[in-house]
Amino acid sequence: MKSLAELQAIKEKMQGKVTLREGTDEKRVVVGMATCGIAAGARPVLNAFVEQVNAQGLAANITVTQTGCIGICQYEPVVEVFEAGKEKVTYVKMTADKVARVVEEHLKGGKPVAEYTIGNAKV
Amino acid sequence: MKELSLNILDITENSVKAGASLTQILLTETEDTLTVAIIDDGCGMTEETVQQVTNPFYTTRTTRPVGLGLPLLRLAAEQTGGTVTVTSRHKDSHPDDHGTCVTAVFHHRHIDCPPLGDVVSTITTLIQGHPDTEFLFRHTRPHGEAVELDTRQLRTVLEDVPLDSFEVLQWIQGFLNEQYEGSDDTVT
Repeated sequence: MKSLAELQAIKEKMQGKVTLREGTDEKRVVVGMATCGIAAGARPVLNAFVEQVNAQGLAANITVTQTGCIGICQYEPVVEVFEAGKEKVTYVKMTADKVARVVEEHLKGGKPVAEYTIGNAKV
Repeated sequence: MKELSLNILDITENSVKAGASLTQILLTETEDTLTVAIIDDGCGMTEETVQQVTNPFYTTRTTRPVGLGLPLLRLAAEQTGGTVTVTSRHKDSHPDDHGTCVTAVFHHRHIDCPPLGDVVSTITTLIQGHPDTEFLFRHTRPHGEAVELDTRQLRTVLEDVPLDSFEVLQWIQGFLNEQYEGSDDTVT
């Protein structure tokens, strides 16, 4: 059974790491979580990013955050990837299954998955 | 919305946006009904706003003049013969006691009642997105013990470790899942 003692152990393990994580964001993944995004399936997309970014050990350089309506509701779930000095990449009609490729090729490899971006979307 | 847990996520985002420091998500099941109450201590709304909130052509969003959060919740509840009630106290008229309460009643035996769905994922998603605000979640059912999580309690243990740390989110997920698995009731 999960207990608060176990949480205490997590805290002790984590305390040293916290300062390390601040100010090193190389990339920021933003998932639209307004009514339109949620209804279109943004929750599993967000959770897939959180899980895979951490599983791949990328959390020190990549933050995953939520935002409201991005304004292109017909393309939801929408995910934006921001990187200093580069143009924003907008992924549209995302699914949890598509997340693995974005993590592998874009977040790790530095090459956006053109196939999933808004430029390639069919209306 | 395919499941009620998504409506709950959507409505709770409004509470966070209203500047709530504590948002309570209280699910109460009887044999025939499921009551979802989302209670926050945010800025509240004026009476005029409250009267308009279930109108789809009222919204606070700036990207387009349509807001479907509360209308979709109302639709989901009313199609089971249930109701949605919104009460609010605005900070200007109630400086010491402001906030909003959204209560939705579902008749969960009705054929048109959506499943509650993955409410654990809704809670972890809220904490991931808003690690600095407090959430109290309690799901009370006719049999078995209530499932409960209070971020204020977790914060006293965690001190300066953020609630959106992956290890903490995983612990929260496991903590809630074990409470659900540990009781005899199945999730509706």
